[in-house]
Amino acid sequence: MHSGVVAPLDQTDIDTDQIIPKQFLKSVSREGYGDFLFHDWRTEEGGAINPAFILNREPYKGASILLAGRNFGCGSSREHAAWALRDFGFRAILAPSFADIFRENADQNGLAALSLEESVVRELLARAHNEAPLRLTVDLEQCTVADSSTLVASFEIDDFRKMCLLGGLDRIGLTLRQAEAISAFEQQRWPNRPEVAPESF
Amino acid sequence: MIGDQPSTLLDKIWNNHLVHADPGAPDLLYVDLHLLHEVTSAQAFDGLKVAGRTVRRPDLCVATVDHNIPTTDRSLPVLDSIACRQMEVLRENAQSHGIRLFDVGDERQGIVHVIGPELGLTRPGMVIVCGDSHTSTHGAFGALSFGIGTSEVEHVLATQCIPQRRPKAMEIRLKGDRPMGVSAKDLILAIIGKIGVSGAAGHVIEYTGPVVESLSMEERMTICNMSIEAGARAGMISPDTTTFEYLRNREFGPNSDEFADLEMEWGSLKTDDRATFDRSVVMDVSDLEPQVTWGTNPGMVTGISGRVPNPDEIEDEEVRDSAERALTYMGLGPGTPMESISVDRVFVGSCTNGRLEDLREVARILDGKRVHSGVHAMVVPGSTAVRRQAELEGLDRVFRDAGFEWREAGCSMCIGMNPDTLSTGERCASTTNRNFEGRQGRGGRTHLVSPATAAATALAGRFTDPRGT
Ligand code: SF4
Repeated sequence: MHSGVVAPLDQTDIDTDQIIPKQFLKSVSREGYGDFLFHDWRTEEGGAINPAFILNREPYKGASILLAGRNFGCGSSREHAAWALRDFGFRAILAPSFADIFRENADQNGLAALSLEESVVRELLARAHNEAPLRLTVDLEQCTVADSSTLVASFEIDDFRKMCLLGGLDRIGLTLRQAEAISAFEQQRWPNRPEVAPESF
Repeated sequence: MIGDQPSTLLDKIWNNHLVHADPGAPDLLYVDLHLLHEVTSAQAFDGLKVAGRTVRRPDLCVATVDHNIPTTDRSLPVLDSIACRQMEVLRENAQSHGIRLFDVGDERQGIVHVIGPELGLTRPGMVIVCGDSHTSTHGAFGALSFGIGTSEVEHVLATQCIPQRRPKAMEIRLKGDRPMGVSAKDLILAIIGKIGVSGAAGHVIEYTGPVVESLSMEERMTICNMSIEAGARAGMISPDTTTFEYLRNREFGPNSDEFADLEMEWGSLKTDDRATFDRSVVMDVSDLEPQVTWGTNPGMVTGISGRVPNPDEIEDEEVRDSAERALTYMGLGPGTPMESISVDRVFVGSCTNGRLEDLREVARILDGKRVHSGVHAMVVPGSTAVRRQAELEGLDRVFRDAGFEWREAGCSMCIGMNPDTLSTGERCASTTNRNFEGRQGRGGRTHLVSPATAAATALAGRFTDPRGT
């Protein structure tokens, strides 16, 4: 369960190049990207803060729920996008739809990318502008989104993703439990390996 | 057929790689080839180390440096110390885990999606992954090939498997006669224009039909490459004799003894006649013309004789808003004829259009002519092998004589991580795949085009139909 301030970003097709521009992909760490989240929107040419951008304004500076248009996270597979959103303080992204790779990257980092009905998102966008700050509570167990008094939406999420997001799964560890099946697959594939390149390197 | 069920190419490759399936959980697929590059791998190796894990099959991994290497003189030191460190870390990781690396100075170095096919590493029927969304390129060989994030890179390093939900299968059938001078790039841009940038989300696209069958392997790669720009994690084309011929005599390709057997096996990698797709789109290409993007995503595209759209005429509010925003960013007014828009830069290269056929086409148009005086133009070959072959054919002379810069291989201005970038307000005709805001440099204005259109535009200084040149 997470409660927080909602930042509305009424744009569709927000790509990962916007979320974290390429000049910040040279680091070899998973941390420290929050300052560069939406860098080219958050700063003016020359580096000064752009006071008009939503995440630079009160009360959104401390927002932890991002509300956006459809196809959020399209484009590049850079997981840095999920790292930057988390690092900034976001715990959930609500949008009508997400790009496939981004959603996977978000899952891997405990960032809940949740799809809501398009009409609901539109309504919430309007509310987030009008009654700032709009605070919402996202309940992963119950699959609901609520404001202080009422339920505003519910979402669908399969149990596996839910477990990932709730932090209960070591995904690599889970696959390694299938070590026997993996070995058997390899054995069947290459009974007298190696014969098919590229493993014949 | 799987059992007696007619099935799609996607199903066949999927089932061939299924290691384990648990109800409710994603399927576990075996990965035949894992490609690595400097930008998305460091944290994955680090994660392995922290968890005390090792690389399960270093022999199925191949690494190269492409994203942030400079494309100027390779004998000079890399000035960007952070980029330099990232490449150094890849070297250390490759070495300590016994992974083959095609480093700077290696004749086989190049953009990861150019060298995979060119070296014969990419093969029909494989599952291929890489921490890069344009991994969809390799689907041109009838492989299931998709981009993954860094956590997934770590997962594949540790297990040689990837957990995946089975995507839906979407057919895009191209019919009609492809007009002369309409390139593979124009086809895929038109497809994205038609179905939209999220039109194939959740799906793997299979491109079918006689138009697709008549394409060369390099053209097929251009098409599959940009599947991700339509929202599909992968695109694929069933392998045929064009595929098999391409794969002969590649350094890491099958040897001639294996070939007959493999051709038989690969021949079955097609969607059965009675199999059904979750979705099918048919597009007649007979009236297509060369395409140019006008906005800030690849779906914002029109024919070269077209005009910048007028947002006021767009009904859907969200689509109108993004069109308005795009026009402001691009510095364009509604109704402007595309052919009246002048450019400052021309970039030929990338994993979409940095291969030999692309360069030949550009040289054919440039031959004996000079780039417009207001244009700064550059060719960056997709791989060192492409560069060498282009030089053997004298293409570099044509480029230089025309006033183009001729560079070393890498991603370069496709992503602008190295010093090759646009400045604010600069307008570029680019053979790359993404025209997102700031993609080629903050404030830069990117228009996606084919290599031929890029060449004709370089000569005229404004967007130009290459069919007249
Ligand atoms: S050329 Fe561009 S799209 Fe292709 S791998 Fe490099 S940066 Fe990515």
